[in-house]
Amino acid sequence: MLSYIGRRVLQAIPLLIGVSVIGFGLMHLAPGGPLAVYTLNPTITAQDIERIKIIFGLDQPVHVQYLKWATGMFTGNWGYTFFGGRPVLWVIVERLPATMLLMGSALSIAILLGITVGMIGAVRRYSVWDYLATSGALVALSFPTFWFGLMAIFVFAVDLRWLPSGGMYELGEEGNVVDLLRHLILPTLVLALVITATYSRYARSSFLEVLHQDYMRTARAKGLRPRERLFRHAFPNAVKPLIALLGTDLPVLFSGALVTESIFGWPGMGRLFVDALTMKEYPILMGMIMFTAFFVILGNLLADIAIALLDPRVRLA
Amino acid sequence: MAEPLLQVRELRTHFPILSKLLRRPVGNVRAVDGIDLELEAGEVLGIVGESGSGKTTAGKTILRLIEPTEGSIVFEGRDITRLPLREMMPLRRRMQFIFQDPMSSLNPRMTVGRILAAPFEIHRVARRDQLGDRVSELLSMVGLPADAAQRYPHEFSGGQRQRVGIARALALRPRLIVADEPVSALDVSIQAQILNLLKRLKTELGLTYIFISHNLGVVSHICDRVAVMYLGRIVEMAPRETLFFAPKHPYTEALLSAVPSPEPGRARRDATLGGDIPSPANPPSGCAFHPRCPHAMPRCAQETPLPTRIPGGQIVACHLHGP
Amino acid sequence: MSAAARRQSLLGRFTRHRPALLGAVAVVLLCLAALFAPALAPHDPVELDTSVRFFAPLTHSAFPLGTDELGRDTLSRLLYGGQISLTVGVVAMATTVLTGALVGLVSGYYGGWVGTLLMRFVDMMLCFPQVFLLLVVAAFVTPTLISISLIIGLTSWMEVARIIRAEILHLKEQDFVQAARALGAGGVRIMTRELLPNIMAPLLVAATLKVAAAVLLESYISYLGYGVQPPLASWGNMLTNAQGYFDSESWLAIFPGVMITITVMSFNFLGDGLRDALDPRLRMEP
Repeated sequence: MLSYIGRRVLQAIPLLIGVSVIGFGLMHLAPGGPLAVYTLNPTITAQDIERIKIIFGLDQPVHVQYLKWATGMFTGNWGYTFFGGRPVLWVIVERLPATMLLMGSALSIAILLGITVGMIGAVRRYSVWDYLATSGALVALSFPTFWFGLMAIFVFAVDLRWLPSGGMYELGEEGNVVDLLRHLILPTLVLALVITATYSRYARSSFLEVLHQDYMRTARAKGLRPRERLFRHAFPNAVKPLIALLGTDLPVLFSGALVTESIFGWPGMGRLFVDALTMKEYPILMGMIMFTAFFVILGNLLADIAIALLDPRVRLA
Repeated sequence: MAEPLLQVRELRTHFPILSKLLRRPVGNVRAVDGIDLELEAGEVLGIVGESGSGKTTAGKTILRLIEPTEGSIVFEGRDITRLPLREMMPLRRRMQFIFQDPMSSLNPRMTVGRILAAPFEIHRVARRDQLGDRVSELLSMVGLPADAAQRYPHEFSGGQRQRVGIARALALRPRLIVADEPVSALDVSIQAQILNLLKRLKTELGLTYIFISHNLGVVSHICDRVAVMYLGRIVEMAPRETLFFAPKHPYTEALLSAVPSPEPGRARRDATLGGDIPSPANPPSGCAFHPRCPHAMPRCAQETPLPTRIPGGQIVACHLHGP
Repeated sequence: MSAAARRQSLLGRFTRHRPALLGAVAVVLLCLAALFAPALAPHDPVELDTSVRFFAPLTHSAFPLGTDELGRDTLSRLLYGGQISLTVGVVAMATTVLTGALVGLVSGYYGGWVGTLLMRFVDMMLCFPQVFLLLVVAAFVTPTLISISLIIGLTSWMEVARIIRAEILHLKEQDFVQAARALGAGGVRIMTRELLPNIMAPLLVAATLKVAAAVLLESYISYLGYGVQPPLASWGNMLTNAQGYFDSESWLAIFPGVMITITVMSFNFLGDGLRDALDPRLRMEP
């Protein structure tokens, strides 16, 4: 078991390094370079830009810059924002709880609902429910998340006035859990739509595969009742591969969170990204890209370890 | 005496086994572990053995489809063992392979015509407008109708697909053809047809065959000489008659006793084998056959018997015969 | 052919899947509409006339779907916008499929350190959430139709590469590939003549689904203002000011979104149906 964890961690390290190289490359390949906000500003002279370059260490050869930047990353120094000079890592991390709340809620709904729908579809294959589930999932996947969010705001906030149209709290209500939940509902449901649909499809095919295994027939021959068979035998085996998919779907979750947060004004990392985009705040943009990439690598690692804990066969592979 | 078409010396093909963590080699699968062969032009040499004996690997190694680990392969007087693949190109026209499985040996997305035109295209030996004629020629050589060229492999039966495979091997008029279990995947009635086709082609085109099979009955129909392989080594090699009527190696005897005889009541040696064939990654010491050999002596576990020529024309690797 | 036999046949399997059939029809109609937008649109999509702004749908015969804040005809803009969105979708898909197939073929066939390196690269690219990558590059590149299509395409190819590589690894072991090598065929010939025809099915499925994905992505970045630039219309940028229309001109916020959804749905259903029909092995994956 330990050797498996060791192996996975070892595999993650070149991934981390590679990801940092790509991130660094992105930053420098962009036209205008990392100082675009300055170079594109006509009131800043060329001399000023040279001075800024030296301050930010951009006059050094590329590999030196990379090493400095990379060591900075691993020691927690992610640079400072252009406007305000705040430490980038802190700026990102302070938005983390809001995003985690949103992503966590959406993921929970997606897993519960998705597995249920997928399971029903598989168990009652070719029935009306299955048909609805599969087609419904495909329809849900086809909605542009941002537009779906807009429509949700339109219907529930503007038209019906049941729910707030954005933000995380009403002014003055910070700490009020009920208020938080009211603000959380719409963005969570919107974010959960696509994830649920994807999960229900994975779950359905996983259950289908498991239900046709020989050991299920054995269970039936043993006289186990359908519910017992489903939950004690099929369920654990069908769910294991889905855990792996949790890891691989993390980037999609982040992407969805970005869209949802910007539509609902939810003060999380996604909103930060879109704002930073408008202001061309390179340090924040790069910091966020690296942060999410690291998070994804970590998530995959944890998911793989979780599976190895549950499924002994994987450890021997 | 004319130079042999093919000379193989001490050929070894080992596949490394890699460790899980760092992928370091921790052992070897010794698929082919030191074989010597000589092939005269116009002969048919059979190589027989159970699965795991290394016979298919040997055939593919001779053609450089698998890279040899040690030893030498001399074809038409030329050492081709380490020849760079680019220099192997012209030689590919003179040595070809027939595959065992007619289902997977033909590209399901290509018409038979395209499959048969490929050899000419690869070696650029025919113009575009000549391809059609060449293909028709090949089809008639193997007894298939000319309109087969427009059809896809899945529209044919196993026997017909194997004919296409044979036609493909013949396209560039090779001298040597290694046929790997060419009839094993076919129904018994079709097997005879294909064997007769192969015999006819050999005479008409002056071919030399290496015929790999696990089926001694089939081998007895077409081969002039037979080599018996066990765990990567040749344990006996003899002209057909001698092998079938006077086998010397205990393994050969056991194989022969398993062949059903069309003459019930005819006396035959009863020499059934116990146990399974050992893993080629971990062969027994000394003579690889000794754990299953009814005549095993203490010497057999310590010393590997070398192939020895004995009076009568056979070559046997056994401590019962020879030094 | 008996009904049972017909069900087995390819076309039979496809037509039994009614959503896929509907999707196919819708895709054809949408492509036709996009192609013939100039002929079908009653007005010039950029022609503005503030005297006719904010007409509601079905109120004026000249503007069947109403007008927007600059007096531009919604129907015409939807048609031309569809042309733009679909064009971007198709070009992005082509980029994705070409890149993914190339990487998959080379890494699958050659294997060894080249293959491993390429796959590690794919793994690395997959660590970045696509929308993040896309926006960063889109914000710093001049947004032309080509550049938008290319960057969408170049951030979407990784899954295709993985699928193709898996197929190639499986195909490589087939005897017909060995036979081609026995004949002396080189890597390029084997990849193009022998392997490529055998991966057309998964490529077609991937291509269809990637058009859907590309249309979604284009709509989002255009909505944010980093994609198709006004006055050129795309369904995405028609929604840029949507939040301001909720009160009185809600149709402006609804129609483009509906078009995006219908288009993406059609391609998704078509792709799903193709996958079921063409390769039973692929049916296991969602």
